[in-house]
Amino acid sequence: MNSSTIDMQTPSDFFRYRNVMLRIFLAILIALTLLSAWHTELKVGTFFTALPRVASWIFAHVVPDAAAWSRFPSMLEKLVETIFLSIMATTTAAVTAFLFAIMGSQCTRINGFFAIASRAVASVSRNIPIAAWALIFLVTFGMSAFTGYLALFFASFGFLTRAFIETIDEASDSQVEALRATGASYPHIIAQAVIPASIPQMISWVLYMVETNIRDATLVGLLTGSGIGFLFDLYYKTQQYKSASLVVILLVIVVMTIEFLSNHVRRKIL
Amino acid sequence: MSTVDYNRWTGKIAIRRLTTSQAWLYSVLVVLSSATVYGFLVLDTKGVGLIDAATRTIEYFGLMFGSPRGVPSHFGVFNDSTAALFLASFNLVLQTLSLAFLSTLLGGVIALVLGLFGAKNLTGPRTSNAIKGLMALIRAVPTVLWVLIFAIGAGLGAVAAVIGMSFHTIGYLLKAYSESFEEIDEGVIEALRASGASWLHIVSQAVLPSSITQILSWTFLRFEINFAVAVAMGAAAGAGGIGYNMFISAGYFFDIREIGFITYQILVIAILLEVVATRLKKRYRLAS
Repeated sequence: MNSSTIDMQTPSDFFRYRNVMLRIFLAILIALTLLSAWHTELKVGTFFTALPRVASWIFAHVVPDAAAWSRFPSMLEKLVETIFLSIMATTTAAVTAFLFAIMGSQCTRINGFFAIASRAVASVSRNIPIAAWALIFLVTFGMSAFTGYLALFFASFGFLTRAFIETIDEASDSQVEALRATGASYPHIIAQAVIPASIPQMISWVLYMVETNIRDATLVGLLTGSGIGFLFDLYYKTQQYKSASLVVILLVIVVMTIEFLSNHVRRKIL
Repeated sequence: MSTVDYNRWTGKIAIRRLTTSQAWLYSVLVVLSSATVYGFLVLDTKGVGLIDAATRTIEYFGLMFGSPRGVPSHFGVFNDSTAALFLASFNLVLQTLSLAFLSTLLGGVIALVLGLFGAKNLTGPRTSNAIKGLMALIRAVPTVLWVLIFAIGAGLGAVAAVIGMSFHTIGYLLKAYSESFEEIDEGVIEALRASGASWLHIVSQAVLPSSITQILSWTFLRFEINFAVAVAMGAAAGAGGIGYNMFISAGYFFDIREIGFITYQILVIAILLEVVATRLKKRYRLAS
């Protein structure tokens, strides 16, 4: 919106210009909406009937029955499995991402080729959606926990590499400069300047990733038939909705607890 | 970093004392790494041999990304024309983009309304906190479960997907929008209020005009995320689009080369969206 290109002699010209722009913008938005609705065969009427139905469904199934409680131990087992899977994928991805970030960051890179290569690998890894990763590994790793682990690993690795590169660039630029001036070797620079300066922020990203991965692990489990996602899918498809909603409640408790813990830790370390 | 050199005064051995933040940092590292080691020890492999499957994966990756190929009939094309196949698969990509667009728009509109009520400088802290608490609860449920829950009321399809996907969108955009609103100079609002402007006037003449570029950029960032989410909802929750086709090729046809064909298309769109998003982020200095 380059205001110098239009002739604005009076304030009313400005407002007229703004109104015209606003109308064009709204028209484009409406056109895109209609096009999308048509293309996805969206039944607009269902929108309004769905909301009250879902609300009454939630109220009817939010309290678990005896059958749901009897499955509680197996839910807990799968939930613990999912939590561990998320942590494992995050930590191993973080270590790998750190190595790639050191190669990719402007201030610690070894040479231009490695910098571009590491950024490219991370970009591909992050831009293939986690659902696609899960389906790619489903073919060879089947319904084992490896499938979920690898899908979470690649998605986390791509995301964390970008986050770590930003962190290293921001946090350690001046320290690296200072150590380099004193003639410190490359390993010394990494160990004494880069890691101490950027580790709190990197841990903060790792905690965020653990949280995200628990939600994503549910999705991957649904796709590949493992973990807590599979259990939800099983109850959902057999219409044992009270058990399914107990799974949701447990997930909410876990995710909110982890969010609370990581916020607490973040306040302590940052 | 407050290591004090005690032996200078007392002659005792120097002990490195941890600051509170270092202690927390080390405990987090210890907890996470021991959980990782334990997790690998008890990993449920279901009899899949790691070495064997890994070798096969590398072999399959060659086929997947080395010679990708779509089967025309899987895309509803019944002649051998390559152009028709690409048109059909691009049509599915457009369907996924449409789902992402609709849920971003729905989520964005709701987030905008809630954000105006939620920003601390526009209403009191109580409303703001209540909205933030509700959002934390909504965010805790994975998107796929929201979509499946809404599928009970609306049937599997676009409506359930759009509503379900808009939930996390609202949470994400609400935070972004209210932070942009809170950045607005308090003096401007004060001046308008003093001149007798109503809340609606303040919002439409001061708040929205000065934060509109940020709002649009944040909305685009969410659209980028929602594209990946829409792929996932197609695969896991019957929302249609390219994600559904990928689910079918991987889960039913076991067609490795078709998985490669679809992955490439998703990758190209995702990278294009990311390039635009990164530019917007740099230009308007949006903190992630």
